[in-house]
Formats: sequence, structure tokens, C-alpha cells
Amino acid sequence: MTTTVPPRHATTAAAASDPVHGSGQRRRPGRRRRLFLHLAVLAIMGLWAVPTIGLLINSFRPQSELGRSGWWTALAPPLHFTMENYREVVEQSGIGQAFVNSLFIAIPATIIPIAIAAFAAYAFSWMEFPGRDILFVVVVGLLVVPLQTTLIPVLRAFADWGITGEFLAVWLAHTGYGLPFAVYLLRNFMGSLPKSVFESAAMDGASHVTTFFRIAVPMSVPAFAALGIFQFLFVWNDLLVSLIYIGLANPDNLPLTATMANLVNSLGGGWYLLGAAAFLSMLVPLIIFFTLQRYFVRGIVGGAVKG
Amino acid sequence: MDPRLVTAIEVVVGVPAALVAYIWLTERIVTLLPAKARNRVRPWLWLGPALVFLGFFLIYPTIRTILRSFQSRNPRNPEWVGLDNYQWFFTNEGARSALVNNVLWVVLLTVFTVGLGLLIAILVDRVRYESWAKSIIFLPLAISMVAAGVIWKYMYDFRPPGEQQTGTLNAAIGTVGLGPVGWLQSPKLHVTTFALIAIMVWMWTGFAMVIISAAVKGIDPELLEAARLDGAGEWQVFRRVTFPLLGPTLAVVSTTMVITSLKTFDIVYTLTNGNYDTEVIANLMIKEMFTIGDFGRASAVAVVLLLAIIPVMAFNIRQFRAQESVR
Repeated sequence: MTTTVPPRHATTAAAASDPVHGSGQRRRPGRRRRLFLHLAVLAIMGLWAVPTIGLLINSFRPQSELGRSGWWTALAPPLHFTMENYREVVEQSGIGQAFVNSLFIAIPATIIPIAIAAFAAYAFSWMEFPGRDILFVVVVGLLVVPLQTTLIPVLRAFADWGITGEFLAVWLAHTGYGLPFAVYLLRNFMGSLPKSVFESAAMDGASHVTTFFRIAVPMSVPAFAALGIFQFLFVWNDLLVSLIYIGLANPDNLPLTATMANLVNSLGGGWYLLGAAAFLSMLVPLIIFFTLQRYFVRGIVGGAVKG
Repeated sequence: MDPRLVTAIEVVVGVPAALVAYIWLTERIVTLLPAKARNRVRPWLWLGPALVFLGFFLIYPTIRTILRSFQSRNPRNPEWVGLDNYQWFFTNEGARSALVNNVLWVVLLTVFTVGLGLLIAILVDRVRYESWAKSIIFLPLAISMVAAGVIWKYMYDFRPPGEQQTGTLNAAIGTVGLGPVGWLQSPKLHVTTFALIAIMVWMWTGFAMVIISAAVKGIDPELLEAARLDGAGEWQVFRRVTFPLLGPTLAVVSTTMVITSLKTFDIVYTLTNGNYDTEVIANLMIKEMFTIGDFGRASAVAVVLLLAIIPVMAFNIRQFRAQESVR
């Protein structure tokens, strides 16, 4: 059977199941089927894009029109678009400060866990020691522990140390919470590097420190990239951790997500700013998404056991 | 300059530098040990910082929370109350509806994301603009659930009948004479819970699609050709060949979705805060903790969440072990 595999373009079911009556008659259902396929895919793409497009358009519409008509009416002339919402959101609602806070929180909370995880992942991959496998299974188990079970004791500890409301509290918490995935992903990558490279390094008398910095880290750059994007987006998009450890103690340090959630919940007059605020908060993830999508996807596919 | 910026820079540069110094220093000390002891001690020094964080932020607090769930409300000197907090949880009307809603979340979010993800992965595999289609569907996963909540607030916006509808959905169903529906204010028939689940389906279908799509690409095309030559239609090829081969991938994606739905918090907190019969366990826990201040009950709610996740955890570990034995 496999010796007569037809060329790829002729492999629709119709053509393959009826080789005698070839193209002429059979082409039409095939073409109609293609049409349905395209329509289905385009419809799905449209469905998925519409909500975001609606937000984007609304974020540029004047307050007076937002309450009166839907975003689609803005597409017909006369066009009334304005930057006013963005100006106001940055200057007045504290969203500008929250944006800066988000950066302050997310960058250290990305770098610290990755640095710590790199050494642990190397030990799990290339050092022999009793209990190694059990310990790693514990890490896999910790991947799915809900943060809720840790909040009260950790908050108590932070309060005792007097760091609730400080960035330090969320840096530490995100490091702890991000580590299982970071160790898991890096060890899966480092562990699958070719063994011969490490063996010959050991033969040449290279210490673990040398091997780590000269071989393991440079060869794992794709994994670091994927992990970095993942952890950054996780922290940038996080609401719970900052809400609990910063929230009540120091609202001035809240990141974008928590500030926006407050804006949604408050019934005050700021609702027309929500679109602009949401789009500002999406800006950084979207830039990362469009420039580094390849690594992002790799991180997701490579870490699929993650919860 | 903002003093917080200085701290942030110090941390970004300082922590990795301190770690390198730590490893370098301990290595100097380890080399002084006899050869055998060296290899026994070194792994623990390298693992040390990670183990400290995992122990302090995940293992120790989990144990403390389990113990705390058997104690009373009083934050200063809580008393032992046995299973009282659990009894409250399983007999309390609000908690029960949170459980029911979480079951809805688990079933619907998992079925829809995995089902749609599979469908879309198979469909886009056959068109030339596949990467465009995938990007659009995948994109919502990159943004925060709070932002997604705002996006969908505009979709679900509701005006009383007779007024012009500004929400996309009510305007759309209005063109065929239906509605308007108060999507985010309707406790009846769990309408609002369904509306919230739909937002998460929109966000997470891309996740399922990307992983399933990678598995679809990994299927040997000759297998499919052979089935077609044997006279199988496209549907049969899918059912008898593609689907069984995707089984393990679908299982892994499903477990992730089950965990995501059990942990559902952000969307509920942002859009309804549990009103209109949309309460879920994770949001209930935060309410007990912050609004009501009963740490005993809040701990019990967290433990229930943990118990619900343990079967998935066991499955993950088995899955991981199977992968390792192949390695």
C-alpha cells in the first residue's frame, strides 16, 4: 500500500478513494469542502479577534459616545477618535504609576527564580546523589499546589518581618511560587542535552562550576528564553499574589492588574477609562507575544505538565 | 530617582551575582573535602537555595494551613476545634454553591477548551494561513485575566430593553430579535457562571490548540495516507487513527485545564466577586480570609481546594514517571 502513496495535493478523501473517476467529477465536492474549511477557519479567527478589536476601538472613543453606542458604530463616518482616555488614564487614575510598579515587580521576579532554578536543574540533571529522583517527583507534585494553601502562613511571616506592601514581599513570593516550574522546565532541557559533551568535559578535568557556565548554560539558552517569557508574563499578569502581599498594606505599590481590578469594581466615574487601561496593560504582553512567540510556544509545549 | 528603582537594580544584578559567588565559594570549600564526600555534599549545596524557597513558600505553609484548618477563627491564639470548619464548609449554602459552580467550571472549561483546541488544531492544519490563525486564537493567553475581564465587559454590556445596546453580544442577538440578556447579572440557570466560563474558554483554547497542534504535526503522514488508501473517509481517519494517537496529549492538556478551572479566581474576583451565584472555592477562600477574617475557615476552604487537586497531582506524577522511563 505505502508504495503507491499519491502526491500530497491529491490526498483529499474524494480523490484517494476514487482513483478511477479522477478529477473531473470529483473535484466539485472537494472544492466545496475546501470552501467550508476556509469559512470555518475564518469564522473562528473572527470570533476570537472581535472582543479585542472592540476593546481597542472603544479605548479611542470619547466618553460621551461610549455610553450611547457600541464600538462598531465608530467604524462608520464621521470618525470620532481621541487619545483623551489614554491621556487621562496615565495622568490621573494612577495607572501610569501602576505600569511602572508592574515593571518593578516583574523584572526581578523573573530573574531571581531563573537564576536559582538553573543551579538546581543542573544538580538534578548531571549530579548523582541519593534521593534525587524522589526529590524531583516532589518538585513535579509542587507544580500544582494551589497558592491559596500558602497565603495565610506566608502573609503572617511577611507581617512579622514587616515587609508586607513592599516589592520585596512579592519578589520573594513569586520566586517561591515560580521555582517548581522553572526547575522542571530547565531540568527537562538540561537533562536532554547530549551526555557525551558532559562526559568529555569531565574527562578533561572540568569542574562542575566550569561545566555549568561553559556548557550547560550556553546550550540551554532556548530554555532560558522560554522560561523567562513565561515567568515574566505570569508575574505581569498575576493578580492574586500582589493583591494579598501588597494589597491592603500599600496600595501605591500595586501593579496594573490589581489597580485595574479595583477600577472595575469601583462604581465611580472611571469606567470609561477601563478600555485604555486594559489596553495599556496588554501592551507589554502583546509586544513580547509578537516578537518572541516562538519561544513562548516552546515553553508551553515543553512544560505541558504544568498546572 | 525613585529609590525603589535603585533597589530593583540592586536585586536584578545582586542576586545572580550573590548566587555565583555562593557556588564559587562553596566549590572552593568542597574541594578541600575527601573525594568521596565531595560528590555527596556538592548536590545539596547547588540545590540549597531552591530547596529553601520551595520549603518556605510551598511546603511549610501548606502544612501550616492544614493544621490551621482545624483551629478557630481567633487570629491571636486560635483554639483547636476539630472538624468544625469542615462541617461549616459542607453544610453552608454559599460554600455548597461554590462547589457546584467549581464542578461546572471543571467540566465545561475542560471540555470546551480541549474540544475546540482539537477541532481548531485539525482545521488549521489544512490551510496555508495556519500560523496567522493560530496567533489570533493563541493571543488571549498572553494577557491578564483582569484585562480579559475588561474586554468581555464590553462584550457582555447590558442596557435595559428599548435602549440601544452597546454590548457586542446583546447587539448581535438583538438583530434577530432576541434579548437583551444581562449576561453578568443573571444568577438564574447559572447564566453568569456560563458567561465567565466562556471568557476563560476564549483565553485557554489557544493553549490546548498549540499543544495538540504540535502533536498533530508529529503524526507520521504515511499512517494517514495508508488509512485513506484503505478506503477510510476523512472522519474515519480522524476517529481511528488521529484521535487515538493524540490520546496522551489530550490527557495532559485536560489535566492542566482541570487544575486551571479548580483554581479559577481572577475572572470571578474582577467581574462579579461571587455575586449572582458565581462563587467559586478560590474566591470564597479570599473572602473568608480578608473580608470576614476567619483564618480557620479560610484554611479549611484552601485545604478542600488542595484535596480536589491531589488526584490530578497523582496523575501528573504517574505521567512524569512514564516519560522518564522512556528517556
